[in-house]
Amino acid sequence: MTIALNRFSLAFAFTASLLSATALAGSASAQDEGLVVYNAQHESLGREWIDAFTKETGIKVTMRQGGDMQFANQLIQEGDASPADVFLTENSPAMTLVDGAGLFAPIEKDTLDQVPDQYRPADGMWTGIAARTTVFAYDKTKLTEDKLPKSMLDLADPTWKGRWGAAPAGADFQAIVASLLQLKGEDATKAWLKGLKDNATPYKGNSVAMKAVNAGEVEGAVIYHYYWFGDQAKTGENSKNVGLHYFKNQDPGAFVSVSGGGVLKSTQHMKDAQAFLKFITSKAGQAVLKDGTSYEYAIGKDAASNDKLTPLADLNAPKVEASTLDSKKVVELMTAAGLI
Amino acid sequence: MLASGNEAPVTPRAARMVLPRGRMPHATVVLFATVVAVFSLVPLGFIGWVTYDVGWETVKTLVFRPRVGELLVNTVLLETITIPLSIALAVTLAWLTERTDIPFARLWAWLAIAPLAVPAFVHSYAWVSLVPGMRGLQSGVFISVIAYYPFLYLPVAAALRRLDPAIEDAAASLGLNPWRVFFRAVLPQLRLAICGGSLLIGLHLLSEYGLFVMIRFDTFATAIVDQFQSSYNSPASNMLGGVLVACCLFLLGFEVLVRGNERYARVGSGSPRPAARRRLGWFVVPAVLLPVLLAVLTLGVPLMTLGRWLYLGGAGIWHIEVGSAFLQTIVLAIGGGVLATIAAAPMAWLSVRAPGRFQRLLEACHYYVGSLPGVVVALALVTITVRLVLPLYQTFATLLVAYVMLFLPRAMVGLRASIAQAPVELERAAMGLGRTPGQAVRQITMRLAAPGAAASVALAALGITNELTATLMLSPNGVDTLATKFWSLTSEIDYVSAAPYAFMMVVLSLPLTLMLYTQSKRTAGQ
Repeated sequence: MTIALNRFSLAFAFTASLLSATALAGSASAQDEGLVVYNAQHESLGREWIDAFTKETGIKVTMRQGGDMQFANQLIQEGDASPADVFLTENSPAMTLVDGAGLFAPIEKDTLDQVPDQYRPADGMWTGIAARTTVFAYDKTKLTEDKLPKSMLDLADPTWKGRWGAAPAGADFQAIVASLLQLKGEDATKAWLKGLKDNATPYKGNSVAMKAVNAGEVEGAVIYHYYWFGDQAKTGENSKNVGLHYFKNQDPGAFVSVSGGGVLKSTQHMKDAQAFLKFITSKAGQAVLKDGTSYEYAIGKDAASNDKLTPLADLNAPKVEASTLDSKKVVELMTAAGLI
Repeated sequence: MLASGNEAPVTPRAARMVLPRGRMPHATVVLFATVVAVFSLVPLGFIGWVTYDVGWETVKTLVFRPRVGELLVNTVLLETITIPLSIALAVTLAWLTERTDIPFARLWAWLAIAPLAVPAFVHSYAWVSLVPGMRGLQSGVFISVIAYYPFLYLPVAAALRRLDPAIEDAAASLGLNPWRVFFRAVLPQLRLAICGGSLLIGLHLLSEYGLFVMIRFDTFATAIVDQFQSSYNSPASNMLGGVLVACCLFLLGFEVLVRGNERYARVGSGSPRPAARRRLGWFVVPAVLLPVLLAVLTLGVPLMTLGRWLYLGGAGIWHIEVGSAFLQTIVLAIGGGVLATIAAAPMAWLSVRAPGRFQRLLEACHYYVGSLPGVVVALALVTITVRLVLPLYQTFATLLVAYVMLFLPRAMVGLRASIAQAPVELERAAMGLGRTPGQAVRQITMRLAAPGAAASVALAALGITNELTATLMLSPNGVDTLATKFWSLTSEIDYVSAAPYAFMMVVLSLPLTLMLYTQSKRTAGQ
């Protein structure tokens, strides 16, 4: 486009100016992104946290939305050149993966002090920021208490063929499989995944699975608790027939998954990035979980969760070491089982 | 590839457009076209490299597994059911609107292509909202036909307009009844149009993501995105990409085979008289019902569902983000459209003015890359930028490169047609008056081709507006298009908040679709 414009027809002048407008728009938004957060948490929750943080500190934050494992592997490929400063996930296996690659900077002590020991790894390379529990969401019109599965492992039984659903491609479900792997070992996990492949209907996303239960397509689905509470708080349209069954008894299906936050070692904004995680785990940050629309559990010391939730302490979750959940192995097993 | 997906091999008429060698700046143009062709080979080269890199044993375990078999069965069923249904529907409708005295023919013709203004995944969203139980192959076929049949209607209607009725008269005079005339004299002549349109639909079915996710039908595209979200750019997702590319190449080859080499040009001198419209008689009632029913299914349902969500949401769902996503989409769509058109220009010019064996090869590179699914192109660009040219990683530049690759064929279509309509004699005359060859091309041909170039930009922009997977994977931080915003909201089944984004996508696509329609009329010589 170096030729003088007057030699061209109007059409070409027009396209050329649009092109430069594109370039301008591109460079304008390329500068000053502020803090870059790779957010694998729900977009709305990430947004609530960021808005509250920016309001309090004036620090600009750019959010990139994606999935747990997608970002974890992406960060590993990006290495030191990653544009990300902070990484937030829904579950902990992705944090473990990034930590294993040595990409996290230690979290400041003040921040760690705000989170009880059981919701963060001992080495302090990342921290828990919220939690969620596995549930069996079931169709109240079809199943009664006595017909519910005693353990999540029962769902691999042929009697459950075609009767339940899950969202196997999602990070949420993969975290559940990771805990199963840690609790029961590889053979039991393989067997359960085979049962899943044979018996369950795969959905894209937990909310879609819950919607299917509500619509009577399947009798139940393994999901996390807060999709139900979120829908009840809105219109209840997708959960009016749905009840929640908590497995408890330290069953693999009572697994509580810790959402994580970490600061990338390669960040150019170390101070702001640390401040962001400190804010999220602080009283104000955890209050977003209590008062907001996410219905995830607050895990900060002295932080209260939303009143409507069954208290974390009553869930009788199995003991899982969050910092060693093996996401890589899980993806391998699930690929081998033909689930992804 | 849209309006005239039936690109015929070089015809004698086109041959007259060819310039004598040595008089034109061949070398420069060939150089530019070669650069674009080399770029377009990158995704294929990438798949080859990954395959080589992981080794045969890994390839075997990742490709020859039951899951890939399931996906292959799904894909084959989808293609073999959807395409014949679309052909039957498009040919019937085109015949009704072009060759019969059906009332309001022009209205039905407009309504027949209007579904293109509704992105495929919005069709799906509308139907799933209306019938929540829709899922699997049947629903996939149904929504695919509804969303994509205009890709067949356009070229078939254009071909019907162009046909010389003398052949039908001859057939009738030999005693064939009207049905036989249609099947033996008309239908064979539509072969190029049908092949071109079917190929386009076939390729769309391979690369479509949003439509099938929404109704839970697994294809290679959805499985690749699943893998990508579980493991980002793993050998497994790349191997699925490889199988998908193989499917694309198979379709392309199959189309060449079916298309054949017959001659379809008119032999006689002068120009054909317009065909007489057949009287429908009592048959007019079912004949009108068909386009009405189709309009209800293809436009009524999406507009009704959208309208319902918009009404339920009220003013509260029109956040400022809708506006910013709209602007970002426009900038990306026009920017990508312009770049794709510029990138296609050297090849379009060469293919008209200087066809030859090497040029045909270059042209094939231009066309094949557009047949690749966005997800495959994006996978390649992610790895290459993150490993080799990091400054380009997650930038507008890379995203635009992906758009150029994906929509190169669309840009070629408009340009080729309009360059072919610019008489080479004018270029020669300009040179005779002392212009250099380069000046002659710029001052004569480029001016005459400007309307075609504008149509190319519009066509590519339409594609970019509805593009989802490549945008999701490559976009710079903080960039949200209408499609990606719509997508993240529908995945949280927040259908109400998603509605404004879908609505704005339709608003943006509508003028582009109209342009497509007028362009198809123009290439048909009307």
